[in-house]
Amino acid sequence: MDLENQKRVKEIADQFGPENVIVVLGAAEGEAAGLAAETVTAGDPTYAGPLAGVSLGLLVYHICEPEIKEEVDAGIYDEQVSMMEMVLDVDDIITEMSAIRDQYTKY
Amino acid sequence: MAILEGKKAIIIGDRDGIPGPAIEECLQSAGAEVVFSSTECFV
Repeated sequence: MDLENQKRVKEIADQFGPENVIVVLGAAEGEAAGLAAETVTAGDPTYAGPLAGVSLGLLVYHICEPEIKEEVDAGIYDEQVSMMEMVLDVDDIITEMSAIRDQYTKY
Repeated sequence: MAILEGKKAIIIGDRDGIPGPAIEECLQSAGAEVVFSSTECFV
């Protein structure tokens, strides 16, 4: 994940309390989604950014996961996400995201 | 229990996937407060 974004994630978690924060990703692939999810839960796996060694344990989902999709207004989801969702491997994304949440999310 | 309602949301969109502003509209419709939104290029 972008180093500047890591810095902002850390600041926001500090400011609002990690239990009140949710991170939602739009990554195109399961692997990229998994890496970003790992960064905001276990810490930066590349040890390059501000979240290296920082386990925030934030709640993290991909926008195409069913838990998120069902809470979003269906018309807006259709308009903003559905087109891209058709070309994404959503099953792969769900597998990656669930594995990270099971392992590292604290909230 | 609602996951999004009342939460402070951080959005990390993807230029080749779902961009930040699209996710932002979705989350706001579910009652989350978007506190940060960005669109990355994961490549």
